[in-house]
Amino acid sequence: MRIRVDPDRCQGHARCYALAPELFDVDDYGQSSVIGDGVVPPELEAKATLAIANCPEYAIEERSEE
Amino acid sequence: MSGVHPVADWSTDFDVLDPGYVADPFTIWDDLRSTCPVAHTGRRGSTWLPTRYDDVVDLAHDIDHFSSTQISVIPVAGGSPPEGERILRYGVPPISADPPLHTWTRRLLLPWFSHRRVEGYQAMTAELCGRLLDGFSGRGRADAAGDYAQQIPVRVIAAILGVPGSLADTFTGWVRDVLEFADDPERRRRGSQALVEYFVDEVARRRSEPGDDLLSDLLGSEVDGVPIEDSVVLGIAALVLIAGVGTTWSVIGSSLWHLATHAEDRRRLVAEPDLMPFAVEELLRAYSPVTMARVVTEDVEFRGCPMKAGDKVLVNFPGANRDPAAFEEADSVVLDRAVNRHVAFGSGIHRCAGSNLARMELRVALEEWLARIPDFSLENGAQVTWAGGQVRGPRQLPVVFE
Repeated sequence: MRIRVDPDRCQGHARCYALAPELFDVDDYGQSSVIGDGVVPPELEAKATLAIANCPEYAIEERSEE
Repeated sequence: MSGVHPVADWSTDFDVLDPGYVADPFTIWDDLRSTCPVAHTGRRGSTWLPTRYDDVVDLAHDIDHFSSTQISVIPVAGGSPPEGERILRYGVPPISADPPLHTWTRRLLLPWFSHRRVEGYQAMTAELCGRLLDGFSGRGRADAAGDYAQQIPVRVIAAILGVPGSLADTFTGWVRDVLEFADDPERRRRGSQALVEYFVDEVARRRSEPGDDLLSDLLGSEVDGVPIEDSVVLGIAALVLIAGVGTTWSVIGSSLWHLATHAEDRRRLVAEPDLMPFAVEELLRAYSPVTMARVVTEDVEFRGCPMKAGDKVLVNFPGANRDPAAFEEADSVVLDRAVNRHVAFGSGIHRCAGSNLARMELRVALEEWLARIPDFSLENGAQVTWAGGQVRGPRQLPVVFE
């Protein structure tokens, strides 16, 4: 599983950071981003899925592995 | 509010100040969603009220047709704006602004409410809650709204702004004048004038003696190499006080009302403290305090409704959060709700700038209360009173406990 935050959609609700701080960081302006290259270790996939499902702006995308 | 003419038809003649709506808007929204999802009224000017989640979110995102330059749910009666509001030539940005003013004022404000900053305010908030509980926890009864919820955010915001917490009651009075008595133009005028004049003096003082606070920071800020105008600083300061005080206290109060009237949820939250982060989001969803308005910029048809330039639209975030199309069991509080895309803090570019702070305050206020008073209920025959309009929450909430 690989994820990214769409910076144009993210409005800084910070739900992803609250639910999965291992996967997301948030800057001083509220902008979220994935930590590292966005590849989610298997043990954190449930948390990633939860973060995706709770973003009010639908800003987190799951990207197919290439 | 006794002056409100009774509403016979909510789809064509709604009134958010109707006492029935203030006490229980939920059943009215449920009816409207299935019969007339975007209601209209001619009271206090042509105004639209969407009730479906998708419609509210779409409206909030369409900033070209729906401008934030008029955000008051209840317009000022009698035409000319209050004196205090005239000093604020740019309104109270960023909330009352569209880009580009919105964009740069919001950037000045956001770092003060970042995760990192808010963590720094947590110990002070917990200590404050503890002190308030010290005052009444031995008495067996309290007004959970007036003695507790109302006392918390105002002192945290005062510390951030760098103004004395000892003036908390004065600040609260002004905020209530502005937000809750919008249909009493004289009272609203007095409140906004006093608030603005207070900050005019504070700004002058900080010009000579800057401190380590938000007001001083704004005065020292430059945008494109130019210091920002005092009227912008005053507008931001007024916004931080009004939006930071009246809103969070309302949701703390509503949450305590819920826990006082739903013993199972209260016991569960005490027994399973790990639920708190989910419970906080769920209480925010179910009891979202804030409705904002927008003004239509040009004639537009929205969901079949012919909206005219100058019409008001109420961006009904609380109603969106009760939409069964977006939430299972929308009218129940499900403390461990796992999927919860609620829009209590809005949607789009105006997402509440203080949302991190509000969440922390709500969580800490509930944790501290439940640690000290795990078992409480409404006082027998208690008169619970609610404020409504722009911000909904209990203003009197008598509870009893062992």
